[in-house]
Amino acid sequence: MYGLFLILLFYLLGCLISALIGNFVPGSVIGMVLLFAALSFKWVRPGAVKRVSTFLLDNMMLFFVPVGVGLITSYTLLSRYMLAIIVASLVSTILVIAVVGLVEQKLESKKDSAKNEKEENARTH
Amino acid sequence: MQELINSQIFLLTLTVGVYLGAIQLRRKINCALLHPVFVSILVLIGFIRLTGIEYEHYMQQTQIIDFMLGLSVVALGYILHDQIYNIRGNVISIVMAILVGSAVGIVSVALIARWMGAEPAVVASLEPKSVTTAIALSVSANSGGIPALTSVVVIVVGVFGGIVGPWVLKKIGVESRIAKGLAMGAAAHALGTARAMELGAVEGAISGLAIGLMGLATAVLVPILEKIM
Repeated sequence: MYGLFLILLFYLLGCLISALIGNFVPGSVIGMVLLFAALSFKWVRPGAVKRVSTFLLDNMMLFFVPVGVGLITSYTLLSRYMLAIIVASLVSTILVIAVVGLVEQKLESKKDSAKNEKEENARTH
Repeated sequence: MQELINSQIFLLTLTVGVYLGAIQLRRKINCALLHPVFVSILVLIGFIRLTGIEYEHYMQQTQIIDFMLGLSVVALGYILHDQIYNIRGNVISIVMAILVGSAVGIVSVALIARWMGAEPAVVASLEPKSVTTAIALSVSANSGGIPALTSVVVIVVGVFGGIVGPWVLKKIGVESRIAKGLAMGAAAHALGTARAMELGAVEGAISGLAIGLMGLATAVLVPILEKIM
């Protein structure tokens, strides 16, 4: 219950800040950053939110369903722009994959990635 | 009978039940198009049509599920903290790659859609397409989009990105494991991460991190880029 309280509290703080900056960034996203900061500065123990976070993230797909059913109200819009929606989304997705992959590979320091890989192997074995 | 069908307890039980059924179906028949969220949405739309329930009524009664979406975005902060050891020494390159990727994603999808004649509400619905649905929905609603349209587009993009991602990365010669994981998570959120996990542990972890970073970058960049475009 304490974990749920913390998640709710950070969500509330996020919404508060979001309202103060004119809803520029969603309150939930600010809440995410605040939770991350609180964990990093050790104000909150990771163990305190681990169970509730895992529960929420494991079942995240369910939470999209009611909103998705709302498609029933925008069905005409969807069918009218079907082609534009599909082409734009798919082309843009390939661009994002390529750009992120190439930029990261170009900029990342070779030594560090080799080291990370070694550490990761040590972790998994 | 009609009263029962309209009740909150019935609609909540139905929604969760249909979702669990869709997950079982996916386990039995492994086909990308049978994504549990797709299937659930279609079945529930069919049910609402048949029984004549108003969508507004359905949404009101199932609001608690929608509320959990916001909570799960906050919970991503925990995953971000959990994964952070993976990026020591690469913080700058990762932040740069995500910022550039996020901007390219927003601008390209907006320009192509606009060029193909889509109206502003549709364009706004597409802009956060690469981001995990929970964040995408808030960004879409904030910028005048249609959350329902965004939710479906996000899933389509995730399924597509998960399938073509490894192939695209191979074609353009990306070999770094960090770069591969980052690209998969950045473009195709949790569905890209699921695929990245199959590529390797490093790819999977970095991909999980990319979901959070991409969500953050997109939430900040969409309102800024909209002013410019």
